[in-house]
Amino acid sequence: MTNTHVDYQLSQLDQLEAESIHIFREVAAEFEKPVLMFSGGKDSIVMLRLAEKAFFPAKLPFPLLQVDTGLDFDEVLSTRDSWVERLGARMIIASVEDAIAAGHVVDDGKTSRNRQQIGALLNAIEENGFTAAFGGGRRDEEKARAKERVYSHRDDFGQWDPKMQRPELWSLYNGRIHAGEHMRIFPLSNWTELDIWHYIHREQIQIPQIYFAHEREVIERDGMLLSLGPEIQPKGNEKVETKMVRFRTVGDRTQTGCVESVATDTAAIIDEIAIARVTERGATRGDDRFSEAAMEDRKKEGYF
Amino acid sequence: MGSNESQTNDSHTVAQLEMDLLRFATAGSVDDGKSTLIGRLLLDSKSIFEDQLEAVESTSQSKGYDYTDLALLTDGLRSEREQGITIDVAYRYFATPSRKFIIADTPGHIQYTRNMVTGASTADLGLVLVDARQGLTEQSRRHAVLLSLLRVPHLVLAINKMDLVDWSQDVYDKIQKEFTTFATKLNIPDLEVIPISALQGDNVVNRSENTPWYSGPTLMHHLENVHVASDRDLVDTRFPVQYVIRPKSDQYHDFRGYAGQVAGGVLKKGDEVVVLPSGMTSTISRVELFDNEVSEAFPPMSVTVHLEDDVDVSRGDMIARPKNAPKPSQDIDAMVCWMTNEPLRPRQKLAIKHTTRTGRAMVKDIQYRLDVNSLHRDQEAGELGLNEIGRVQLRTTVPLLCDPYSKNRTTGSFILIDEATGVTVGAGMINSAT
Repeated sequence: MTNTHVDYQLSQLDQLEAESIHIFREVAAEFEKPVLMFSGGKDSIVMLRLAEKAFFPAKLPFPLLQVDTGLDFDEVLSTRDSWVERLGARMIIASVEDAIAAGHVVDDGKTSRNRQQIGALLNAIEENGFTAAFGGGRRDEEKARAKERVYSHRDDFGQWDPKMQRPELWSLYNGRIHAGEHMRIFPLSNWTELDIWHYIHREQIQIPQIYFAHEREVIERDGMLLSLGPEIQPKGNEKVETKMVRFRTVGDRTQTGCVESVATDTAAIIDEIAIARVTERGATRGDDRFSEAAMEDRKKEGYF
Repeated sequence: MGSNESQTNDSHTVAQLEMDLLRFATAGSVDDGKSTLIGRLLLDSKSIFEDQLEAVESTSQSKGYDYTDLALLTDGLRSEREQGITIDVAYRYFATPSRKFIIADTPGHIQYTRNMVTGASTADLGLVLVDARQGLTEQSRRHAVLLSLLRVPHLVLAINKMDLVDWSQDVYDKIQKEFTTFATKLNIPDLEVIPISALQGDNVVNRSENTPWYSGPTLMHHLENVHVASDRDLVDTRFPVQYVIRPKSDQYHDFRGYAGQVAGGVLKKGDEVVVLPSGMTSTISRVELFDNEVSEAFPPMSVTVHLEDDVDVSRGDMIARPKNAPKPSQDIDAMVCWMTNEPLRPRQKLAIKHTTRTGRAMVKDIQYRLDVNSLHRDQEAGELGLNEIGRVQLRTTVPLLCDPYSKNRTTGSFILIDEATGVTVGAGMINSAT
């Protein structure tokens, strides 16, 4: 039995956990057909861990949905599979390639897979009739997210309208929607990148190995370090180097850069982040760099 | 390669795991330097990253400013940057070694009362900014009234732009006196008045040499040390049941747990409890958090409670103590902040959500409209328009298990929802219920 709270104080990490668990239970109680959007990245794994805690010892009362870009890192997919197996969760895969084949998404050869996910995702939500979709977004990630609600309403077209957001007071969430609409739910809204790592550290949560420093062949392109692979080959006078690197986010492997690092465990990563001087997305996500308002535009179209 | 099973539990990591939390709401307009102040807190606590600062520096340069406009750090949406205004509540995060802070950054314009109420609803502390040159304005009084109405227990009045009044103690004293007099009419248990310059950083994080006459704390020191743990009610046990966990598996065949977030008091094994509204009594047999039994549960923990007897409990019920339980009530007297264009009128019907209970409510009477500037009560109002606040009598279809908002901000609050559009249109704070 745990008896550590003699002074009735809850650490901020425990308060965040309690808030997230409350959100999961509220959605499970009030929505007909929720789903958890699972990318295999650290944020969605933390989300899954919180969902596990919210309903223990029952199984998750909703399936997981992954948008398969066809360009995911193998390590991410294998971690996903072991989580799904351990929890006995139901997994739905929405493939970008299938969505392109079915004509839901147009592949013009220029648009990144992260952006093409929007079509595949909206299509999967509509086809399955999901009324609520949990996402791992955090408000500290980006300026547009800072204004998003925990319950973020999406219209028939899956769009977010920042000017039409519902006021969200106390811990009273309003989940009313009309047929065809759905709600995006962000249980990690108040977590920061550092909170996520502290939680992974404290709970010893299994995450893909590419988050930890390892040797990898990389190419420096547009100020980012990209991993050498079938899609990434040296162009012009780019040269292939072997470096100790880790990934800070794990999206589409053609767009996701890594950073030089010697941090091979969570405590070392926390120390690196505590002194980091560049935000997570700015350094390593090619798709956020096109314009200052890139995220705002993608969100309005129905991005996570 | 990597692992979580690191034994290098260095002090930095461990200390951060024990950090506590302060949620605060800021109020003030762009002119008061609110965004600059938040930018300053983020910058001086090293919560701003190089790429964010560089983006802001280059924008400031391209606009021809002499200094880096820290306000640009927090202006989120493109439409806001184009218009130079803030349209909605934005949440910001920063941490010092001892505490994490969540800022609900709300715009100060008159038409955005609803945002201010939203931001204040979860705040432990309210930060009101005034321009030293202008002193108290109608807007700063309104902000203080709203923070008081929302029962935000701690208030800081930051007198900004002290550099523009030559660090005059007279100016500080005059504003402080005026505000203290005004505050006697409000519910403000704890007030701190701090002279600052957000632009130059004086008394924000670092103590200013320009205010030798000021002996109080810097803003950051106060934010780091203000005591918020005792603001919770640890006496009156309130546990709104959110979800019933029934695994229906072979391993957990008879498992029946009542999941929820503690709203008040302390729950522990052996406690005699009453389930509302049925009035059935039982005893707590176990309190758990995930796969761990916990000795005591208190706000704001999310736990699962087991009872010794097989009583009928479902979502929307409340677990309390037999001698300390709210009386189920359908006649509610509350202060309501109205948040939509179409006014609230008598006989109007709405959906109401209170803790984990949802029902319908009808407006029986609008007793008065409160003028948040003069505190005048207009009893002839008859309706509440957008961003107006008034005292309202409601009749609900389901009994609410509630307390006065002044006793418990969780069991004393509700939202009103338009049944046709599904939009949240009102926020209520309960005075009394019968």
